[in-house]
Amino acid sequence: MRKGSVLSAFFGVIRRDALSLWRRRADALNPIWFAAIVITLFPLALGPEAAKLARIAGGVIWVIVLLASLLSLDALFRADLEEGSLDVMLTSAQPLAVLAGAKILLHWIATGLPLLAITPLAATALGLSPRALPVLLTSLALGTPIISVIGACAAALTAGLRRAGMLLSLIVLPLVVPVLIFGAGAVEASLTGASTTQPLLLLAAGLAAAVSLGPLVCAAALRLGNH
Amino acid sequence: MNTFLIWLNSFGSPEKFHRVALRFEPWLLALAVICGAAALYLGLVKAPADYLQGESARIMYIHIPAAWMSLFIYGFMAAAGFCALVWHFKVAELMAMAAAPIGAGFTAVTLITGSLWGRPTWGTYWVWDARLTSELVLLFLYFGVIGLYNAIEDQRKGARAASLLALIGLINLPVIHFSVNWWNTLHQGNSINLFAGKSSIHESMLWPLILMAFATKFWFGASLLARTRAALLEFEAGKEWAQTALFGPRRPQA
Repeated sequence: MRKGSVLSAFFGVIRRDALSLWRRRADALNPIWFAAIVITLFPLALGPEAAKLARIAGGVIWVIVLLASLLSLDALFRADLEEGSLDVMLTSAQPLAVLAGAKILLHWIATGLPLLAITPLAATALGLSPRALPVLLTSLALGTPIISVIGACAAALTAGLRRAGMLLSLIVLPLVVPVLIFGAGAVEASLTGASTTQPLLLLAAGLAAAVSLGPLVCAAALRLGNH
Repeated sequence: MNTFLIWLNSFGSPEKFHRVALRFEPWLLALAVICGAAALYLGLVKAPADYLQGESARIMYIHIPAAWMSLFIYGFMAAAGFCALVWHFKVAELMAMAAAPIGAGFTAVTLITGSLWGRPTWGTYWVWDARLTSELVLLFLYFGVIGLYNAIEDQRKGARAASLLALIGLINLPVIHFSVNWWNTLHQGNSINLFAGKSSIHESMLWPLILMAFATKFWFGASLLARTRAALLEFEAGKEWAQTALFGPRRPQA
């Protein structure tokens, strides 16, 4: 890898963000705690009846993962904007989309991946049928990166705002409706014995589109806010 | 630059836009009222009641044109937003943002009339039907655009950011529609297809629909021009043309 190449810039952003993530690793665990607490709330609100919880487990976990990924989006570009490194990225000789792609990838590693890791635990706690667990994990593995991409675009649009939390949810949630439908739908289909191929393939198609187009849109959004 | 762009650009001058808009507004409004009144007369008085649903079906003369408008305006908003992003037309920015509340209004009308219609026909105000759910998500998309525009202090930056969001939403709209339809077939248990088997519509019911579709288009045009004009005047309040437009040719004495 030559110094000053596109790849070195990509990995440079990843290394820097990973380092700052590691330095405040207690914060990085917040989405996990959030997900764990909300999962506890469901039996408390609906009652401990195992059959009922098992019936809704897939959808509940999907909604919680969605909300937990939103939590950390707010800060995705805020710190970079305040300390000025976003300006460096904007004026950099490297394509902004590549740098944005690196930030999106790290957001997924920081939130999507840990949430994926605790999913088996959450599924067991809610009593999801073991038959459906592989489908749930596959759908989350395909769906959470899409959430990160769409969320990053929205975060780029709201980067300059002081309190963007609620607005960010308002922007992101309608856009990720298809991800939720196909993700939770795949789990539902596996429970009822229907074919899970179609929703999973559609999620994969969505992932391909999001990964290829998302960074470009995100870069355009970053440029808009910082003329 | 080609002639189309030059023409667009000349229209993009705030002063000229204000002048042209002022001239067109009353005509559009009058056409909207005439078409709307004719459509209501034909729909509520002349057209026969539906043989299945009785008188309650007459709400469709409002419901269906409003539903058409909710999608049409979203497309218009995204197109205006595209012009704003590509060519940086100030008027296009304000137009896209002026269209958003109108579109949200039509979407709300669609949802409200739909739920009122649902009560006598389905026995409940709300069912999680594919169309209703898509329309609800569309309303949230509108809210996102309006919310983003209002949140950003710099009006032009806000308009451009919201325009980009509208474009993202436009690309996502067919996907949402498809996914919601898929979702509805997955949970077949409680889906009710209102229009099943009704492939053709009688002429006496078609005319009020067409007239109302025109009325809503004209009304959208008038409302859009008025809103854009007001936003332009507010944005350029310090400029001389705005002062002249507001207070007449003579400048007000201090």
